[in-house]
Amino acid sequence: MTTIEAPEKVTTNHPKTKRLSPLLYVVPAAILILALTYTLPPFRNYQLATVGAYLCVTAGLTILTGLNGQLSLGHGALMATGAYTLALMQNRFNVLALGILAAVLVTTVAGGVIGLAAARLRGPYLAGLTLAVAVVVPSIASTFDETFNSDQGLTVALEPPPDAVTVEQWQAWVCWAGALVTVLVLAYLARGRFGRDMKAVRDDETAAKLAGIGVARTQVLAFVVSAACAGLAGALFAVLAQSVSPGAFPLTLSLFLVMAVVIGGLGRLSGALIGAVLLVALPEIAHSIAEDAGSQRLEGNLALTFFGVVLVAVMLAAPGGLASLRWKRNKQKGRT
Amino acid sequence: MDRFLYLTFDGLSRGAVYAAFALALVLIWRAARIVNFAQGAMAVATAYAGYSVTNATGSYWLGFIVAIVGGLVLGALVERVVMRFVDHSSPLNGVVVALGLVLIIQGVLGMIYGNEFRPAPAPFSRDAFQFGGVALLSRYDLFVFAAVGAVVVLLTLLFTRTPTGLRMRAAAFAPDVSRLLGVPVSGMLTLGWALAAAVGSLAGMLVVPTELGLHPNAMDLLFISAFTAAVLGGLDSPVGAVVGGLVVGLLLTYVSGYLGATVAPMAVLILLVVVLLGRPDGLFSRAKARTA
Repeated sequence: MTTIEAPEKVTTNHPKTKRLSPLLYVVPAAILILALTYTLPPFRNYQLATVGAYLCVTAGLTILTGLNGQLSLGHGALMATGAYTLALMQNRFNVLALGILAAVLVTTVAGGVIGLAAARLRGPYLAGLTLAVAVVVPSIASTFDETFNSDQGLTVALEPPPDAVTVEQWQAWVCWAGALVTVLVLAYLARGRFGRDMKAVRDDETAAKLAGIGVARTQVLAFVVSAACAGLAGALFAVLAQSVSPGAFPLTLSLFLVMAVVIGGLGRLSGALIGAVLLVALPEIAHSIAEDAGSQRLEGNLALTFFGVVLVAVMLAAPGGLASLRWKRNKQKGRT
Repeated sequence: MDRFLYLTFDGLSRGAVYAAFALALVLIWRAARIVNFAQGAMAVATAYAGYSVTNATGSYWLGFIVAIVGGLVLGALVERVVMRFVDHSSPLNGVVVALGLVLIIQGVLGMIYGNEFRPAPAPFSRDAFQFGGVALLSRYDLFVFAAVGAVVVLLTLLFTRTPTGLRMRAAAFAPDVSRLLGVPVSGMLTLGWALAAAVGSLAGMLVVPTELGLHPNAMDLLFISAFTAAVLGGLDSPVGAVVGGLVVGLLLTYVSGYLGATVAPMAVLILLVVVLLGRPDGLFSRAKARTA
């Protein structure tokens, strides 16, 4: 390789992540989760598992949008890809590790295809294309209904967990194993050369090109990595629900994911964790409010409204709530 | 052949609606360089308002007018209250805020009206006339053509023949110079949003009777189709939006007619990918700078 390193300046965005080794927070997190699964009641364990599954996809999305500047509204569709792959594999072979691996691989390939297109698109064009991908999911499920069984979807065959643990406990272990591995891999990627390349491309494509960074390659690679995370998350959701259907991956899911990473703070894995917790906690709060009010219509819609209000409020109150995009404001000061 | 003719006219009628919706997207894009991802949700909101009035009064036309006026108000409101304060240094911000609006509007609509499909009657019969034994056009199709045609003519007149239209073009093209020359730039921006939202509401009112009915998510696919139409036309060209809308409408109808309705969304996606990769500036892009 005859490429030249990117200038040091672009790498100083998050000095904190530079200093702290990811292992230093992933290992304690793993121990904490393990301890929690033995103390929490089954339903809380299930919610904990759901947070883990969400964390996989939000972590991948925050890297893509925050570090590389590509906004994807299609991650719900990528999750559906992973979930359906897992369901088909489980129903044929019933080996969970194999199913998850296949789900990640298939989604990676799908992400590569979208990423190739995405690398040539900017801003609203990319958002529109990925939005179209998200809208098309139910249509694919009903067109190829022999494979995907249309709106009913598929059930997922699963081996029962070992005798000593409950189903929910086991689910939490599986999901958090996936989540922590994802976070670990992404943290190392973001710290290393690939992370620098992504930020350089996001900040100034021309400058990145001059520094010898392959702009298109970096963008496609970022999308592929992020898609793999979404595939893993989708597979974990299929394990959690023990079924997959287009209704589980609506357009709102994709919007929720974007919301989660924006509110959590784009480009930060800690933000992805906040987002994942919000994705589980807010609907739960809305649900209990709706139940107290005894209104069916509030159910779900309250969460939707609340998410929307928070998202708009964050974007308006802190225009740099997208913390990692703050540099752009500084650069353009004095132009108006 | 009969079937082909029928599908062609049906496709043109559908395409006219997409054209109107794409026109709304293009209007905002030209005025503010934002793709309004909340356009679909805003159109649904005004359609709900319109049909509420229709149900209460029994008059379709009163509801129709309420929906259009509601579009004007909602568009102005969204610009004045939200979009104005968005930091536009990154194009992502506008998109993200618009998505937040989508969530809010869909959530509020769901809370008020519930998440089931509500029947939405058409003002005219949708039974097609027979021309020499072939069913071609219904009264409703004629109404759609007339309404969209009127909008296109009115917008053309507004932008090319009136001082207000000239000011709007100036404000979008060179905001600073226009301000120096006394053009109320921010007012023109609000007007642009209001007009675009009203056109979007019209498209929403026109499309609802032809679909399953009113639903908070009813316009998701319409938005994608219209976005594809607008991109096909170059996102900057009103003429392109109209042509793009007709092309997408025809394509969707042929695909639904010959391959099945479930394949249609995929056809839109494929068309969008082909256009974005093959001709990202649209069919009507020109080398010269924008003319308005």
